[in-house]
Amino acid sequence: MDIELMLKVYPFFLEAAWVTILLSVLTAILGLICGTLGAAARLSRFAVLRFLGAAYVSVFRGTPALIQLFILYFGGPQIGIQLDAFEAGVIGLGINAGAYMTETIRGAIIAIDKGQREAARTLGLSSWQATYKVILPQAARLMVRPLGVNLNMLIKATALVAAIAVVELTYTAQRYIGSTYKPFEMFLLAGILYMIIIYVTGRGVAWLDRKVQIT
Amino acid sequence: MTEQTHFVEIRHAQKSFGTLEVLKDISLNVERGQIVGIIGSSGSGKSTLLRAINDLDPLTGGEIWLDGVQVNKTLPHRQYEKHINEVRQHVGMVFQHFNLFPHMTARENVTMAPKMLKGLSQADADRLAEEQLDKVGMLERIDYYPSQLSGGQKQRVAIARALAMKPKLMLFDEATSALDPELVEEVNLVMKKLAEEHMTMIIVTHEMDFAASVCDRVLFMDKGVVVEEGPPSVLFKNPTQDRTREFLRKHIEGAS
Amino acid sequence: MGLDFSIIPKYMDIILLGVAWTIGITVAAALLSFVGGIIFAVIALYAPWLIRQPFRLIEWVFMGTPLLLQLFLIYFGLVQIGIDLPAFVAGIIGLGLHFAVYNSELIQTAILAVDKGQMEAARTLGLSRTQALRKVVIPQAVRAVIPPIGNNMIALLKDSALVSVIGVSELTLSAQRVIGKTYRPFEFYILAAAFYYVINLCMEWVQRKIERRISVSR
Repeated sequence: MDIELMLKVYPFFLEAAWVTILLSVLTAILGLICGTLGAAARLSRFAVLRFLGAAYVSVFRGTPALIQLFILYFGGPQIGIQLDAFEAGVIGLGINAGAYMTETIRGAIIAIDKGQREAARTLGLSSWQATYKVILPQAARLMVRPLGVNLNMLIKATALVAAIAVVELTYTAQRYIGSTYKPFEMFLLAGILYMIIIYVTGRGVAWLDRKVQIT
Repeated sequence: MTEQTHFVEIRHAQKSFGTLEVLKDISLNVERGQIVGIIGSSGSGKSTLLRAINDLDPLTGGEIWLDGVQVNKTLPHRQYEKHINEVRQHVGMVFQHFNLFPHMTARENVTMAPKMLKGLSQADADRLAEEQLDKVGMLERIDYYPSQLSGGQKQRVAIARALAMKPKLMLFDEATSALDPELVEEVNLVMKKLAEEHMTMIIVTHEMDFAASVCDRVLFMDKGVVVEEGPPSVLFKNPTQDRTREFLRKHIEGAS
Repeated sequence: MGLDFSIIPKYMDIILLGVAWTIGITVAAALLSFVGGIIFAVIALYAPWLIRQPFRLIEWVFMGTPLLLQLFLIYFGLVQIGIDLPAFVAGIIGLGLHFAVYNSELIQTAILAVDKGQMEAARTLGLSRTQALRKVVIPQAVRAVIPPIGNNMIALLKDSALVSVIGVSELTLSAQRVIGKTYRPFEFYILAAAFYYVINLCMEWVQRKIERRISVSR
């Protein structure tokens, strides 16, 4: 193992890790927004919205995220969407993650909905009041853990933007593998950083989960 | 060691989990062709004793002998495994929750072990399955999966599975406790049939009527000891111990 | 530059060849991940500590890093230690191992969830522990994990697009090649997406069929 080389290049990996973190955060925010809207559409009273929600989930979960990214980044200009690689990465991955989160959020709401809505309605609450006051607070607790899984997948999925040359961790590792021919060392550097990011995120989710379970 | 003279011989069986002693120095002999019932409330140790006979719950002290062979002898791990697998082939066991293999049909449940351990051909195994399932009245359902059978039917297949190994001894661990009341009789009938064929059986049960009608001897266990034993006519009609009387009174009250 | 889908038929043969490669790679990697998943699960649960620990570490690394990075490691790493495999083989190994780890997690949970009475019943008949695991416990665990493993295999199909990055001419790279000639990324990536979507639907259909078939023997 070439420790000397690793010590020489690790600052570049650290820098790249920040890009990965920034990408993850922005993607997660966009994913949550899309997921919430998607779940609302899928549970809507209106058939059209339900259909659109279902189509969104089916198409974005049914095709590779890499292809979605390519369509947006390389194909976008043909239909008048000009984005730089980073923007395309966040938007492409965010919409993709949103499709998975839609199902997570919807699943949690359905799990609570059954008896609780009836109970709330018999007390005289309106449908909206029942949703807002009774269902959502409980569903939110159920969501934390599965959304944590979505987040874990999303962080690893940010590696895909290496394919459109965003200088994040995987791209950096790829470039240094190409120039140094030291795949193990470069994998180790990038791998450790990914595992730190994922570990810290996992702990954060676990903390949040404990917190919402108590209250 | 003294020579074994009885078919099944339990000598000073002792079993504890940590500080909890569930079997306290139990000795018991069963002769060939005898049918012994064990009754007692839950936690009395009756199932533990039964499960010690084929070493599912190993004893912490004492010996179990079966037909001249010590079941729980001390051997290096590998040899012991070989020995106990050999012993278990001769001891059939029927569980409260049937434990049929859900991914196998009735036929496959019955033939799996004979094919694997005795090297039966498919044709011989099929004949064996038909014979054994016929005996328990389940021939018609030979290619059904357990999920397609009622509880009583499952238990009858489980009995056929145990019989297919041609055991010398059958152990029944509350074979009818998990069944709906209307399904108990069909399983009892199969067990009675076995009794008529002079199969050696040890039956842990909570059904006093059944024990009285089938068993040659009945043991009443409480808190890890055998409180009283004797022929059913004596034990059920004229128990000598207070604890037995107490148990029987509660049980008969509960049943009526 | 507007859109022009009429150009597609001219390059359809290249794309279809890519589809065939994608299906082949997915099937091969799926098989590897399934067998590997069972082996990993058995090791994780039953192997001696000394063997178990390195596997834990591998599992941990595979679950904690992106697949794309793992593909780079396997492809370039094998070359570095003198094993020069065709890219598609490296791709199959990479995908297969990655998903074997995820399958192993599922199988472990399923093995532990098989009722204790099943092992007891098998042991009572005289089967050894290994025989009981092989004939009774593992087949049941496998049935229980078929639905979630099906989901993993569908994920594997989509992740097979990543092997384009190490130069395997499957569907995604085929589309890229055509785009290199035609400068029509939107049309051909949409086409590729459509093919993935259709394969995905077929897999879901097969998954439902299998689930229905095994439901009686569970």
